[in-house]
Amino acid sequence: MKFDTPAGTNPIDQEKVVGKPHPRIEGPLKTTGRAVYSYENHEAAPDAAYGYVVGSAIAKGRISSMDVREAKAAPGVLAIVTADNAGPIKKQGFYVAKPLAGPEIEHYHQAIALVVAETFEQARHAASLIRVDYARGQGAFDLAAARGGAKPHRRRPDIRIGDFDKAFSSAPVKVDATYTTPDHSHMMLEPHATIARWDGDQLTIWSAQQIIGWARRDLGNKLSIPQDKIRIVATYIGGGFGGKGSVCSDAILAALGARAVGRAVKVALPRPLMPNNTSHRPATIQRVRLAAGRDGKLVAVGHETLSGNLPGGGPEIAAAQTQLLYAGANRLNLTRLATLDLPEGNAMRAPGEASGLMALEIAMDELAEKLGMDPVELRILNDTQVVPGDPGRGSPTDPQSASGNQGKAEEAPLPFSIRQFIPCLRTGAERFGWKQRSPKPGSRREGRWLIGMGMASAIRGAPIMPAGGRVTLDAKGIVTVESNMTDMGTGSYTIIGQTVAEMMGLPLDRVVVKLADSDFPEAFGGGGQGGAASATAGAYAACMKLREAVATKLGFNSADAKFVGGEVRAGNRRAPLAQAAKDGAITAEDKMEYGDLSKRFEQQTFGAHFCEVAVDAYTGEIRIRRMLAVCAAGRILNPITARSQVIGGMVGGAGAALMEELAVDKRFGFFVNHDLAGYEVPVHADIPHQEVIFLEETDPTMSPVKAKGVGELGISGVAPAIANAVYNATGVRVREYPITLDKHLAKLPEIV
Amino acid sequence: MKPFTYERAKTPAEAAAAVARQPGAKFLAGGTNLLDLMKLEIETPRHLVDVQDLKLDRIEPTSDGGLRIGALVTNTKLAADTRVRRDYGVLTRAIVAGASGQLRNKATTAGNLLQRTRCPYFYDPNMPCNKRKPGSGCAAIGGYSRQLAVIGSSDHCIATYPGDMAVAMRVLDATVETVKADGTTRAIPIADFHRLPGDTPHLDNNLEAGELITAVTLPRPIGGTHHYEKVRDRASYAFALVSVAAIIQKDGSGRVAFGGVAHKPWRVEAADDVMTQGAAAVTAKAFADARPTDDNAFKIPLATRALAATIAEGRSA
Repeated sequence: MKFDTPAGTNPIDQEKVVGKPHPRIEGPLKTTGRAVYSYENHEAAPDAAYGYVVGSAIAKGRISSMDVREAKAAPGVLAIVTADNAGPIKKQGFYVAKPLAGPEIEHYHQAIALVVAETFEQARHAASLIRVDYARGQGAFDLAAARGGAKPHRRRPDIRIGDFDKAFSSAPVKVDATYTTPDHSHMMLEPHATIARWDGDQLTIWSAQQIIGWARRDLGNKLSIPQDKIRIVATYIGGGFGGKGSVCSDAILAALGARAVGRAVKVALPRPLMPNNTSHRPATIQRVRLAAGRDGKLVAVGHETLSGNLPGGGPEIAAAQTQLLYAGANRLNLTRLATLDLPEGNAMRAPGEASGLMALEIAMDELAEKLGMDPVELRILNDTQVVPGDPGRGSPTDPQSASGNQGKAEEAPLPFSIRQFIPCLRTGAERFGWKQRSPKPGSRREGRWLIGMGMASAIRGAPIMPAGGRVTLDAKGIVTVESNMTDMGTGSYTIIGQTVAEMMGLPLDRVVVKLADSDFPEAFGGGGQGGAASATAGAYAACMKLREAVATKLGFNSADAKFVGGEVRAGNRRAPLAQAAKDGAITAEDKMEYGDLSKRFEQQTFGAHFCEVAVDAYTGEIRIRRMLAVCAAGRILNPITARSQVIGGMVGGAGAALMEELAVDKRFGFFVNHDLAGYEVPVHADIPHQEVIFLEETDPTMSPVKAKGVGELGISGVAPAIANAVYNATGVRVREYPITLDKHLAKLPEIV
Repeated sequence: MKPFTYERAKTPAEAAAAVARQPGAKFLAGGTNLLDLMKLEIETPRHLVDVQDLKLDRIEPTSDGGLRIGALVTNTKLAADTRVRRDYGVLTRAIVAGASGQLRNKATTAGNLLQRTRCPYFYDPNMPCNKRKPGSGCAAIGGYSRQLAVIGSSDHCIATYPGDMAVAMRVLDATVETVKADGTTRAIPIADFHRLPGDTPHLDNNLEAGELITAVTLPRPIGGTHHYEKVRDRASYAFALVSVAAIIQKDGSGRVAFGGVAHKPWRVEAADDVMTQGAAAVTAKAFADARPTDDNAFKIPLATRALAATIAEGRSA
């Protein structure tokens, strides 16, 4: 099915099932421990041997010798996979760091061996008996120091619009500040984990993977296995946040280990290995320059960002969203990438926006203060309904550009498909009680607590990818949908089930949802907050085909047939849906593919975050009191699962604001605090009250479902809202995340 | 985890003898710290003597009006004891400020005293660490040291003792009772129980090989208001950046011990003497010999401010 014109009214608009607050359909399996996660699939591999990954003890250099004799002789050991015996592993794929190093070492804790043994304990013990000598090399581990060698990146060409320097220097009110964000670890609850089993030349992995198609592609490419010989299953995933974007060392080494021992092998990464062995959100150093007239209108918007990565890795595109958020005629937008020998930087929840808004939205707060203007009003004043600085490219659906009178030179710049940014700000301000905020920082105190309120804007892209689905109606009237979309705990099972139920006129309990298997139709997967929109559109396409097959079978004109209450109806005639399958199940498969709507419209999600904090006037400890998110993100398919996504994002933002930091040891070149005792993420006590409001919205340019993602919008803008609240409480501006007490303690009010 | 053997002892003396008999043997109680360290091969005992059957799980009054806490009393039970809550509030407050409910249900009084540092370099076997591997060096010096010691450290180690309970016991002048392998017993004042690192940072405390903690005794109550101020980045389930255990009397006098700043609960009796002069006077004495790193110098003003909060709270109580 091709989607190339904005959607009209269709069965989804009935919202009998879609849009309703259904609890997760797989929830009871999870809360009772019956949901089988990858590492626990004993049925698939009852005799699996255990693999234990050995990580490099150095960050850069080479292995000069490795002695595995003692390890190999240890009780229970079946095989030891190293670069010497693994065969070639190609480098191409989503992740650029090699999943198995040797003799060259690219980063700390890079896998150098997999020990396979009868039991986990035997494998772990034998791993400690491997003797490795290294020749330590010189590495670059300090982002600020690597700035000199930083370069632009082909994915983010420099943007210079108007005369930024002139506009900035001549403006009456301006902010020029540098902000830093540290490296972040995904720290999802379920570690990277895989069971691999070979049946002849056919490889199956049960593996925690967000994107089945990428996992299969990369596993095939790295190990030179034809893709049709690989099956990937990821039925349940215990969180990913971008860290399970494709195959990591667990999957590659499980496959190699299983081949070496001729039986299934299971591998899970131990928690202390995860931050350095796998990817992370890279640190940034960002300079933001904003200039405005006395009326508050931005005249110059400059954002420069620097991040580092291994050779071949990409930049953190932290300045990208700044081109879309606020108006302003003169613009500078630069992305620079330095080479570092730290572990690989890659996608983590809202890559780009999460880090970029942490800088931009503090800068906006600083500008508002200099202008003597309310921060909400400043943002409203600088709203734009078209992409700022877009030269104009003509939009056939835009009445202005469609008008022949205006001529080509007058073509409108790229419009947003829908932009309810101002309603987000206004609704949030109203609901949060924003007018109670004192514009004077450090002026509100309750006992030993300094109280502050802050807000920030949120924007996050709304990608949609071609995705398919397969639906089968059986004689009992049950419809089963299959798709290789994954569910990281996000609610995919439920929203895809709701989509199918709506389309087929069934209640949700008459739909069976099967996901995350490469044998099912391709549906992209979970990433970039593109999964929900893509996979439900794929299910829609498949259901349209099934409706047609059912109507034909039952002798209805498919254009007239309505699917309601488990029946097919047209005129006075009605027939049970199940009747269509009485001679055998009916299966339909289709794929939603897209025209150029995403080029004719800028598709984004918008939001506003509000926060109230209390800062201990004595100790400087920061505690969040309440948080509010207002989101405009297309059709909300299920307010329960969507809310869960957003509040989870807000927790991630709270972590980014107040505690999360992978501490870099610049001598040894590694993240020091590589476990959950050292890398603190928020606990319940840190998150007292969260409220989420979804604005009514459908976006017909997305797909017939008119939905967008919301999971990454939920984190975008949270950290700066907290940062601005802390400033409002204390009057001390901290521009280096995380905002820990040591960074403002010395400037807090004197104590008696 | 290295392979190990395991036995369950029946009496304290038998347990002590069993550990003394076998090189590389250790006691196992709640296991909340030891088992984690064994999995990482930071601890590699060859033999474990499980002490859970020793019936050291009672809290009893002592003849001089104090309280005797059995070594196996769990953190949860100790914190909830009505006598402790009434007369030794600082202890209850300190315990519930630490770990999580699940951990406190397993963790024991003796085991908690023996918990090892949370220095991240101690936890990474690839890194030099004199505490983990004597003579290998200290990677924390010159490294990431935000959590680490500001006072009492040495050129060999800047680790901190991470616990909360012991800081309260230090301010209460508790005594650690032990039994040795030969069956003799001794009482060690809490002040002398933990060690400073010096050039032997692998030794956390002054217990002899095989010496088993049987109880901790608290002297008779001294009244006052009891405070435990634990400062941390995260609101719960985090180790202290700085903690303050204090008992403050009506006249403003009192005593104070600090956690999160040294290789042991940190108390300087001379500093107690100036409590009435305010927090800055106390910490000026308590931290006179501090040697912080750039990363953790904030802990000293933080200790002052946390103590000031405590004193203010004491006044308003």
